[in-house]
Amino acid sequence: MTVVQSQSSTTNKVLGHPLNAWYVAAWDHEVTRKPMSRRIANRPVALYRTEDGKAVALADACWHRLAPLSMGKTIGKDGIQCPYHGIVYNSAGRCVSMPAQETINPSATVPSFPVVERYRYVWVWLGDPTMADPDLVPDMHQMTSPEWAGDGETIHADCNYQLVLDNLMDLTHEEFVHSSSIGQEELSESDFVVSHDGNTVTVTRWMLNIDAPPFWLKNMRDKFPGFEGKVDRWQIIRFEAPSTIRIDVGVAKAGTGAPEGDRSQGVNGYVMNTITPETDRSCHYFWAFMRNYRLESQLITTQLRNGVHGVFGEDEAMLKAQQEAIDANPDYEFYNLNIDGGGMWVRRLIERMLVAEGRLATSA
Amino acid sequence: MAATNIEVWQRATVAEVRNVAQGIQRIELEPEQPKRAEPGSHIDVNVVIEGNVQKRSYSVVESSEDGRRLVISVMKAPQSRGGSLYMHTLQAGDTLEITQPLQNFPLRVGAERYILLAGGVGITAIVNMARVLKSLRADYTLVYVGRSRTAMAYLAELQELHGENLVVHVDDEGTALKVDELIASAGLDTELYMCGPIRLMDAVRRAWTERELDLPNLRYETFGNSGWYDPEEFIVKVPRLGIEAKVGQGRSMLEALEDAGADMMFDCRKGECGLCEVRILELDGAIDHRDVFYSERQQHAAEKMCCCVSRGITSKTGAKADASPDGPAVITIDVS
Ligand code: FES
Ligand code: FES
Ligand SMILES: [Fe+2]
Repeated sequence: MTVVQSQSSTTNKVLGHPLNAWYVAAWDHEVTRKPMSRRIANRPVALYRTEDGKAVALADACWHRLAPLSMGKTIGKDGIQCPYHGIVYNSAGRCVSMPAQETINPSATVPSFPVVERYRYVWVWLGDPTMADPDLVPDMHQMTSPEWAGDGETIHADCNYQLVLDNLMDLTHEEFVHSSSIGQEELSESDFVVSHDGNTVTVTRWMLNIDAPPFWLKNMRDKFPGFEGKVDRWQIIRFEAPSTIRIDVGVAKAGTGAPEGDRSQGVNGYVMNTITPETDRSCHYFWAFMRNYRLESQLITTQLRNGVHGVFGEDEAMLKAQQEAIDANPDYEFYNLNIDGGGMWVRRLIERMLVAEGRLATSA
Repeated sequence: MAATNIEVWQRATVAEVRNVAQGIQRIELEPEQPKRAEPGSHIDVNVVIEGNVQKRSYSVVESSEDGRRLVISVMKAPQSRGGSLYMHTLQAGDTLEITQPLQNFPLRVGAERYILLAGGVGITAIVNMARVLKSLRADYTLVYVGRSRTAMAYLAELQELHGENLVVHVDDEGTALKVDELIASAGLDTELYMCGPIRLMDAVRRAWTERELDLPNLRYETFGNSGWYDPEEFIVKVPRLGIEAKVGQGRSMLEALEDAGADMMFDCRKGECGLCEVRILELDGAIDHRDVFYSERQQHAAEKMCCCVSRGITSKTGAKADASPDGPAVITIDVS
């Protein structure tokens, strides 16, 4: 008989982040000719655009005395000048001018991180650059598809990024945290199915023949003016490692075949979330709400963005309080419930990435 | 890169020693605190020369995925400062002090085209880069230049791995590299990485500048141990401090000054940073500038020199045989 020993289900309270992964550094519109600084995966990064509009990510610390390059200015075709003693680097992070001497020290470089611009975001890769395959950027195609419209924002969340992933993988919290907008008791009463592969985890929940909560009733009426009656509601949460979660959400007139695949009598949204660790106890949470109806209406785009802004503000407060409680109780553990099934698979996949990078010991 | 170049010293055990070309030893090390070596990285090693511990740098030729096995290769240079002699005495089972891999010569992923140029034992800095470029399916040419095939380490392995991407030039076969032709094949998107004797690197630098290619795309590593001339013994004088010291063939001027009691400032000890600069007051002979800190103009002016690598010579041809019979070069300097 073969005994397969599985890795024990550690429930890290402060989980490390893989480095061999694409993380969103910024919205595309945030990165301009004027350099900005953002800490990503514990590393300060200077972001700017070249004259040709190409986004660049350099370590935000000059080779010479580590002054932040982001305080400097862009110069020439693709360069940036250190604000302190004027060393100029090109977009590859190589020194192109040392003001106080006639030559250039060949060692003078700052790390230049691989960058991909896709789905309205600037993605960076902080790990081994030889592994930075652009095909590994998580799928967020609704962000730029002509069949979807919407917008989003960034939340600076004062918690370990894993707490946000936990939050999104288990939406039973809506009933308690978001009772005035999308919460309803059928959420925690209804059954859900978890599935996974090597890189993704999916949690599917259907609530049939229920009253639409206020947020969804409004959306139904945007598409079907004057709508009244019961709906079938779905939430299909899809995680892609290490930290992107898209949630396919919507409601359709009850009994019109949505569970079987006909969503024509409903409204469909995609909650796009990608979370970039900032430090061990903070993260940049990039979200957007995309919809596939009334694409022409900027009014609806703005209303939805403002609506979700309010909802996520409730999460933000909870996450901050949770992190504070974790830190104030270092000797207390996490316990797991059945509802954490999705979140636990997320942790398992991330832990495997960390082990592969040699940054988490395998428990025997 | 500066940010990741913290020296972590550790013990390493010699696992295997093997001769891979005339005068070149391949040394396989098992470090106590393994760290994977990126392409272009090197380790610093404490070598023992006449009972004194000194630091030398060697490129990492190969590294296992987990860094538990690091390979360096050392050429026994007859006129070296003594470090290579020590390295050639190492046997399997010996231990020595090394740093974790350090990086001054990073390979940038994502260039349109690469030329890797290795001269002689400079191949050690290039082998790992070539391997990574191949696995990335990058557009690259590996150019390997040597005196004779017997002196060229890893030739067979490189031929097998890189096939058509490898171009070999051998002096004594009459196929010496024509630097201008090589640089003519480089475009604006080409990055050239080189490691080799200073004559080769100077020639490439000149051709690169003449073609008006972007200087930052020319990448090279110096270990400050080769010059245009054979090293000769010479005299250094510092009148203000009452110092007169002989600099032997195997010593640097910086070391000789330190031995004589001068309080010297320095950092890289390989001719890059310019911190060891001394002012030349009087010169009997000529200077063999071996640094990359000064421009050609500054080197010609011969007003200052990097004493960690540059030397005094009398020979007009560069060959030691032509050194002046009237005695060694004398450099009179002042220090900071
Ligand atoms: S700190 Fe940047 S040039 Fe000195
Ligand atoms: S010590 Fe750096 S150039 Fe001499
Ligand atoms: Fe929430």
